[in-house]
Amino acid sequence: MSFNIAGTGMYVPEKVITNDDLAQIVDTNDEWIRKRVGIHERHISVDETAAQMGFQAAQRALDNAGVDKNELDLILAATVSGETVSPSTACMIQHYLGVDCMAYDINAACSAFIFLLETAAGYFARGKAKKVLVVGTERMSRILDWDDRSTCVIFGDGAGAAVLTPGEGYQDSVFRVAGGDDVINIPQFIGKSPWFTPEPIKPYIHMEGQETFKFAVNSITSDITKIMERNGLTPEDIDHVVLHQANRRIIDFAISRLKMDAEKFHVNIQHYGNTSSASVPIALDELNRQGRLKKGDRIILSAFGGGLASASCLIQW
Amino acid sequence: MVFEKVAEMLAEKVDCDVSEIQAETKFADLGIDSLDITEMVMNVEDEFGIELGMDASLETVGALVEKIESIVDKK
Repeated sequence: MSFNIAGTGMYVPEKVITNDDLAQIVDTNDEWIRKRVGIHERHISVDETAAQMGFQAAQRALDNAGVDKNELDLILAATVSGETVSPSTACMIQHYLGVDCMAYDINAACSAFIFLLETAAGYFARGKAKKVLVVGTERMSRILDWDDRSTCVIFGDGAGAAVLTPGEGYQDSVFRVAGGDDVINIPQFIGKSPWFTPEPIKPYIHMEGQETFKFAVNSITSDITKIMERNGLTPEDIDHVVLHQANRRIIDFAISRLKMDAEKFHVNIQHYGNTSSASVPIALDELNRQGRLKKGDRIILSAFGGGLASASCLIQW
Repeated sequence: MVFEKVAEMLAEKVDCDVSEIQAETKFADLGIDSLDITEMVMNVEDEFGIELGMDASLETVGALVEKIESIVDKK
């Protein structure tokens, strides 16, 4: 027994920041961002926390699934940009929902949503849960250096969620972890200990673009190929592919290497930027609400990011 | 042989005549940015069956060719 995705939801804050808006605060321009990253605009929170956005997405997923919040056995959440280390974001979403089930976070950066699904699958396999809420939510604007034009133009805020119920929809998964902080690093506040000697590092996201690009494209192509091969599937058997929306050029280069039909890849980075752990469930919710997911459709989700970590899975809708 | 292959790949990437690609040609002058170079490196790795790794100091076509040749020669 694994699970089916019974419903999805997403939420982005109201305020839209265009590339022209960014050009007012850093040395950049609309043409460069569109061409080099593929982003036209992103949503930025002015007063909502990651947990509050996650709560909004969760409510929409529960409504979409027709599941009462009090039926939930477990809430799993992921964020790299939540306001607190403790309470966890999952605990705050639980608090806003007003329920009393188990709740905790999993940290796997941009690929975390698929780590949440894998963890949930274990609960279903052991019969320990019948209704699970998974949420990826990010206020990336909190951890960006708004003076650094190479990173601040890439990201956006938002949340995506799904409600899982018993079934056989989650069929296979592939994970890859290559630990280290040299390619992607989001340091925490170093603290005030008078005895700790290393120099403070700014608590903003740092990325080596070329290494990230290479890890991403290699992960997507090899993981998706592996999933198709060991399930006896060809590219024609796959109806939809949802990639983590990190950079339009990662998506385009991965598609060219996979030699798959680009129409099967749902791309929305132009509207939201990179929303880290929220990007996959946001894209999945868009596909769902556009009525593009039919019962029996095979969907591959594939994400990559800090850790370094990547994750891909095969879902039958 | 390595130069010809790299020049061919670059010419296709930037849509120019292969004769315009010289050893001293700078990637920046071809309008190629760091992610284009990464794509090139990954295609080169596949083409020659080698692991190049990323090197931000590669500014010219000749420097990339030299790096590929040094790895290919060691194989």
